[in-house]
Amino acid sequence: MTAQGKNKMSVGQQIRAMKRVLGYMLKNYRFSFFIVVVCILGSALATLRGTLFMQSLIDDYIVPLTQAQTADYSALAAALISVAAAYGIGILCAYSYNRIMVNISQGTMRSLRIELFSRMETLPIRYFDTHAHGDIMSVYTNDVDTLRQLMSQSIPQVINSGVTILTSFASMLLLDIPLTIITLAGVGVMAFATSKIAAKSSVYFARQQKDLGAVNGYIEEMMDGQKVVKIFCHEAKSLDQFRKLNDELRESADKANTFSNISMPVNANLGNISYVLCAVVGAVFALNGYLGLTLGALVSFLTLNKNSTQPVSQISQQLNSIMMAMAGAQRIFDLMDEQPEEDNGYVELVHAKENPDGTLTETGERTGLWAWKHPHRADGSITYKKLEGGITFDGVDFGYEEGKIVLHGIKLYATPGQKIAFVGSTGAGKTTITNLINRFYDIADGKIRCDGININKIKKADLRRSLGMVLQDTHLFTGTVMDNIRYGRLDATDAECLAAAKLANADDFIRRLPDGYQTILTGDGANLSQGQRQLLAIARAAVADPPMLILDEATSSIDTRTETLVQQGMDRLMAGRTTFVIAHRLSTVKNADCIMVLEQGRIIERELAILTGSG
Amino acid sequence: MVKTILAQVKQYKSASLLAPLFTAGEVLMEVLIPFVTASIIDKGIEAGNIRQVYLYGVVMLLMAFMSLAFGVLAGRYAAKASSGLACNLREGIYEKVQTFAFSNIDKYSTAGLVTRMTTDVTNVQNAYQMILRIAVRAPLMLICSMVMCFFINIRLSTIFLAAIFVLAIALIFIMRRTTPVFSEVFRKYDDLNASVQENVSAIRVVKAFVREDYENAKFQKAAEKLYRLFVKAESTLALNNPVMMLVVYGCILAISWFGAHFIVAGELSTGNLTSLFSYVMSVLMSLMMLSMIFVMITMSAASGRRIAEVLNEVPDMADPTQPENTVADGSIDFNHVDFSYKHGSGEKTLRDIDLHIRSGETIGIIGGTGCGKSSLANLVSRLYDVDSGSVCVGGKDVRSYELEALRGQVAVVLQKNVLFSGTILDNLRWGKEDATIEECAEACRLAAAAAFIERFPDGYETWVEQGGTNLSGGQRQRLCIARALLKKPKILILDDSTSAVDTATDAKIREAFAKKIPGTTKLIVAQRISSVQDADRILVLDGGTVNGFDTHENLLKTNSIYREIYKAQTQGGGDFDQPALEGKEGVLA
Repeated sequence: MTAQGKNKMSVGQQIRAMKRVLGYMLKNYRFSFFIVVVCILGSALATLRGTLFMQSLIDDYIVPLTQAQTADYSALAAALISVAAAYGIGILCAYSYNRIMVNISQGTMRSLRIELFSRMETLPIRYFDTHAHGDIMSVYTNDVDTLRQLMSQSIPQVINSGVTILTSFASMLLLDIPLTIITLAGVGVMAFATSKIAAKSSVYFARQQKDLGAVNGYIEEMMDGQKVVKIFCHEAKSLDQFRKLNDELRESADKANTFSNISMPVNANLGNISYVLCAVVGAVFALNGYLGLTLGALVSFLTLNKNSTQPVSQISQQLNSIMMAMAGAQRIFDLMDEQPEEDNGYVELVHAKENPDGTLTETGERTGLWAWKHPHRADGSITYKKLEGGITFDGVDFGYEEGKIVLHGIKLYATPGQKIAFVGSTGAGKTTITNLINRFYDIADGKIRCDGININKIKKADLRRSLGMVLQDTHLFTGTVMDNIRYGRLDATDAECLAAAKLANADDFIRRLPDGYQTILTGDGANLSQGQRQLLAIARAAVADPPMLILDEATSSIDTRTETLVQQGMDRLMAGRTTFVIAHRLSTVKNADCIMVLEQGRIIERELAILTGSG
Repeated sequence: MVKTILAQVKQYKSASLLAPLFTAGEVLMEVLIPFVTASIIDKGIEAGNIRQVYLYGVVMLLMAFMSLAFGVLAGRYAAKASSGLACNLREGIYEKVQTFAFSNIDKYSTAGLVTRMTTDVTNVQNAYQMILRIAVRAPLMLICSMVMCFFINIRLSTIFLAAIFVLAIALIFIMRRTTPVFSEVFRKYDDLNASVQENVSAIRVVKAFVREDYENAKFQKAAEKLYRLFVKAESTLALNNPVMMLVVYGCILAISWFGAHFIVAGELSTGNLTSLFSYVMSVLMSLMMLSMIFVMITMSAASGRRIAEVLNEVPDMADPTQPENTVADGSIDFNHVDFSYKHGSGEKTLRDIDLHIRSGETIGIIGGTGCGKSSLANLVSRLYDVDSGSVCVGGKDVRSYELEALRGQVAVVLQKNVLFSGTILDNLRWGKEDATIEECAEACRLAAAAAFIERFPDGYETWVEQGGTNLSGGQRQRLCIARALLKKPKILILDDSTSAVDTATDAKIREAFAKKIPGTTKLIVAQRISSVQDADRILVLDGGTVNGFDTHENLLKTNSIYREIYKAQTQGGGDFDQPALEGKEGVLA
């Protein structure tokens, strides 16, 4: 709703947005667009050729024919053939520009979509925290759609109409100046009326968008809570509230559409009035022989008059959609111009092989041994440091918003291979700490090091590759169960995925699904229970076989028995590797090497292996 | 589909009739105007009669004004009718959803329902408006123009017939080729948007696995495919314009040639020739409009179908004809209940459950993931219907009660619970509309929510964001419990509703229940042993069947599953959350 609320744009903004849209169009299609303009011109000229022919048809051909003793049609035939040729070219031009425009508009939409998407993927998590998902989606659907309208219809229409207006006026000027002035005055009135109506309707269109946003938001909230509505028998009340919002929307939609509907008849009939004025004045001129206006010329002129007022009303029809498209374009560009996630890292994660002398060599294959490849800027040398998984926090402060610190002076040592557990009440900052390790957020103060390397120096992608994560909110993707497990490591074989599923204890339930591993999941795995989704998420992390692992309430919806089994599997997998575990239940963290109790963004207690012997 | 949607026109019938009527008037004027134009030329200019020029000029002006009036009115009523239909459709869907049983709700996703009520309704609205104005205008224009042409000169007008024939064939060809492609396009388009949606909500997963490039490639492939389909559909549509030009120009040339002969032969005046030219344009324009309507209808038909699908959905649950209005007591009986989410699919979620619970008892329910705990709890307030057997509350089958009466006495706190935007008080009053602040505070004390609410600067007037995002999970759960308590139910069902509450507070809530509402039957579904161990009896579910149903002590002796869960959870002592934490909570930023 916020995105749709900002509907008022200054003219300057609109022009800038238009320039940028055209820029996108011309970037890949400069030549095609040039051809389109030429073709539009050609087709308009062909139409003009036909209109001018009407003048000669009556004066130069029909009138002489009626006066001749024996009618000789050969001259007319020759003229018609030449006009037919012009028409033929016009039709070819029309087909060409329509056809090319399909490629231009769809191609531009495609590159816009792809660019929009890839830009979005680079944005920091913070962006997604602060923008409603519905608003982001609306950019892809509503806003990109309005651009399609703009490119495939409005732009060619405006060019075409513009050319027609120009050529019509040029020929009108040649035919008769005073009548042209009358026509011009008529067009002026039309433009004035159009701008008045457009101003009115744009106010209501903005209101309609706002009301639509309100209805949208209400529906979303209530549909999401529909089950609760049913339990509390709140149906009638929720319907009442909806009726009110819905009626407001109806009213603004009614007004907005009324204004946009009447602009066509207003323009068309102003055109008619201008036509009558020209006809009457022209008749007076022609009858009295002023300025040598002939009958044929008057007839042609009247056709031209019609031809010039029609495109004016066509342009006015497009005005609304152009304005809406510009508002949409602005939102698209706003998203594109967001600052992407910063990454100044240069240390990379590589597979390594240990040489007999203890040094490390980089290798392309999976060896189960990783190393940090550390280029030194000073002397250009490269050193390899074995990834061991030692994580240290040194006086780390962090806040989601500037000035509002939620983690205070966090100090933490995870020696390689340790299992570290974070416990504490909701909102204590457990998840936040893990989100700092993989740099979903950047810290305000202090240092985080991985194997002694400041994590700011590590390329984000490599840092994240070194950390397997099972997140609190499980998200699955549309695709088969197998695809979802393989998401962890794209080159994993079916057998490896199967092994991961077994390790996560997911194999059992997957086999019971209608198509087993080939069952298609849709809508974020809507057909699975919360516990089953968590098992899949664990399998996904397991197949990645990462050097370090973060489990954030990964087993919260899984019953204790299954959890024990899953845990044994994970422990086997992660033996000797560093693991961070966040949990509510004691059973989840009981064999941790170290337990950190967090409260209000501070570590208030550290317990070292107090519970050994209980597993 | 069309019938279902037109049934929603309701109070906008008169507007829906007036719009085409005024359009007809507008068309009539537009058709007559060229005729008057011809008269200006023939009777005025050619005859050298300036008075006739004035006369016809005035007539034409009058017609232009009438046409203007008709046009404005048509636009006005079309807007009224279409926005009214849209409003009714939205309300119709919303109302329908209110009658849905849980099993109906499960069928549609929230996003699916939202799109139906917004995007799809807007599509239908636009199509309806277009149809009201243009579907009348185009054929009428066509017929009137044809009539006028024949009126002017029959023989010359036969040219039109040939032209229309050619055009019709071309349009049909284009339509037949594009329609299937377009429906494919929209399906792919939906998929593309779904994948964006997925990426937006799962962005953390994408980033955690460093799958940005993978997702980009996936999206690029989908966008590429969409591009090809769109180009395929639209390149055929690009023929529309040239074909129409071909026919128009052909007509103009033919009319010029034959018209000249006719004029020479004295069968046609020059003025009539000009009129003919403008009728050529209107005839072909109206054909063009018709083709446009077809495209528009095919595009919005998909939306219409999706709307009709919801409107025609039959609620799975109906109130009995002579419903019971009062629930006698809080006893619950399951009589050999079988249950599955998809009736008759063979995959039974619950099998042969036979339980008898006395009024006022506290029952714990425990068992593994997916063993049917929630399903069992959901049957009591008749959120779903059983396949066979029966569930009785207060001695009577739940299907014999009026739903409102039953659900007023059976309060459920769902696993996936929802708070709504509004104040805390607003949310609490869902349980009892006219509850006083004291009543609300009392319920909150029972649910151990009063302390944290009172610490908020605005207390019970604190604003809750949509979904309760500004409260912690534990706070949300406690508010939901308080909301359910306000109903003063005879049966209270907590479906894993204290999972985010620390153990000590959890215990406090249970203690309060035991003291303050001893007469209420309580079903407590939980993962933690500590939540259920002091219940009167504990039900152990396994794979949809009853594995044990007894007291804590007896189960420890006799039930191996229970013993195993107990062992897993108690070695080391339950949860960590310290009771002291309670005092430090605040509203999250």
